[in-house]
Amino acid sequence: MTAHTASRPNALTPADLQIGAGRRRRERAIGALFLAAAASSIVISAAIIITLAGNALNFVVQVDPGKLVTDGWFPRRGLYDLATPIVGTLVISGIAMAVATPLGIGAGIYLSEYAGRRSRKILKPIIELLASIPSVVLGFFALAWISPNIVQALFDAPLFNMLAAGIAVGILITPLVASVAEDAMHAVPEYLREASYGLGARRRTTSIQVVVPAAVSGIVAALILGVSRAIGETMIVSMVAGATGGSLFNLNPLDQGQTMTAAMTALAIGSDQVRGAALTFESLYFLGFLLFLMTFGLNLISDAFVRRVRRKY
Amino acid sequence: MGAMSTTDEAEQIAPAAAGGPPMTFDGDQVVFELDDLSCYYGDFRAVREISLQVPKNKITALIGPSGCGKSTLLRSFNRMNDLVDTAHITGSVRYHGVDLYADGVDPVEVRRRIGMVFQKPNPFPKSIYDNVAFGPRIAGYRGNMDELVEQSLRRAAIWDEVKDKLKSPGTALSGGQQQRLCIARAIAVEPDVILMDEPCSALDPIATLKIEELMRELRENYTIVIVTHNMQQAARASNFTAFLTMGEDRAGYLVEMAATEELFTRPANRITEDYITGRFG
Repeated sequence: MTAHTASRPNALTPADLQIGAGRRRRERAIGALFLAAAASSIVISAAIIITLAGNALNFVVQVDPGKLVTDGWFPRRGLYDLATPIVGTLVISGIAMAVATPLGIGAGIYLSEYAGRRSRKILKPIIELLASIPSVVLGFFALAWISPNIVQALFDAPLFNMLAAGIAVGILITPLVASVAEDAMHAVPEYLREASYGLGARRRTTSIQVVVPAAVSGIVAALILGVSRAIGETMIVSMVAGATGGSLFNLNPLDQGQTMTAAMTALAIGSDQVRGAALTFESLYFLGFLLFLMTFGLNLISDAFVRRVRRKY
Repeated sequence: MGAMSTTDEAEQIAPAAAGGPPMTFDGDQVVFELDDLSCYYGDFRAVREISLQVPKNKITALIGPSGCGKSTLLRSFNRMNDLVDTAHITGSVRYHGVDLYADGVDPVEVRRRIGMVFQKPNPFPKSIYDNVAFGPRIAGYRGNMDELVEQSLRRAAIWDEVKDKLKSPGTALSGGQQQRLCIARAIAVEPDVILMDEPCSALDPIATLKIEELMRELRENYTIVIVTHNMQQAARASNFTAFLTMGEDRAGYLVEMAATEELFTRPANRITEDYITGRFG
């Protein structure tokens, strides 16, 4: 470089600083490629929403409204009691949150406020690793262990029941709740902890009365994400909650129940089992669309909470 | 930089200063007595072999160049350094004759008696009222909380500015007001000592003067130790001044401590003179 510039010290012309036509074309091509990659996910999402909404609309238009309130969800028989899968979903999600809220927030507080730097460094990846256990494995665990050793040991219940499914879903989402809650608490600035300790607060007082309130938006966001994940969880509930193609309306967690997701998989597994009955096929789209609206709404709310906690600090 | 050229002198003078007679006070006037205190972060020694006394109901300033361990030293007075995993000390810090680092001493009890105001105003994201009431509440205060909050805010010279908005968040106040709120919060637990770690470094000159005025009023009831790297502030606001600097090992050590006027007009030590006349630091 030095030799090059030294040979013609003042001979800089505008052309020297201009980009070549070939290079400019290549830059544009690469840019377009990345744009296509980014756009494809948007296009695919839009296509999914349109398909869901279109078929869901077909169902709404064609269904006899009287069949939407019956004794249970039996789409092959033309009985589409919406309350059955929705209530099943809510019961199992409720049980899951009853498990994941104390465990997840507790683990988050421990990691953020109590663990030393070394144990945090070891524990956090382990907890995040738990999140990568395939849900089918947790489903087996629920059938083979949770149901007989916890539910059936305490209550008179069949092997397939909503309580065992709910507990397993709770275990599934605990790492998610713990990780997001921990991030929120970790983001609480150190000077607030110092202020608290400087006033003679103990660690538990500082954690509960200073850190948790300051991180509350993020903690709520963690819980909402957890609910959203629990509502959408499919494999565990299909395996453990016990409903097959149809289910009677049931609020009792000790009995079998039907979730929206399990209702869909129960019919949509295999090649062409769904096509037969009149509106069975469309009813699944309708459930899917409801499910999409619920989780999408929850994610929007959680996003708003996360933004609030970011704005605060 | 400037400090480099004086380290040789520092090394020569340091042993003499460290070995010389430290400034002493009558027994009942001594709040803190440091004996050969060194503070470490892991293997790194941040503060080396400091012996000094802090007198009651006076303002004692710790001054010195950046990185000389002033804040570390201050934080050893109420065991705030305990919050850092690797921090430990050798030597002793006696508070009214009691060794603060003896076995079984609860740092929480220590901090309830020795309050702290920090460099950056750090009110909780709670209301002004709840900020002040936080300390008394956790200490199980049973008296009239409204009165205590008002009295603390009055003593911190901020009552008139906030009396109509006690429910609004403390974080919405200006920087100077936030710092006075933090002082009110510290006073509310009725401590014996207030440690101030560069309390004005984030404030404008007018807010700074207000805090200094406040410190002079608080001196009547509290012992105050203030870290500052603003020499004018030390000269204006303190009764005694301890000058620290950094040795070649990057550990801070005490060069001298004297009545503030004396230290600024007739420093006993060449390095002190160089520092206060602006030749380094």
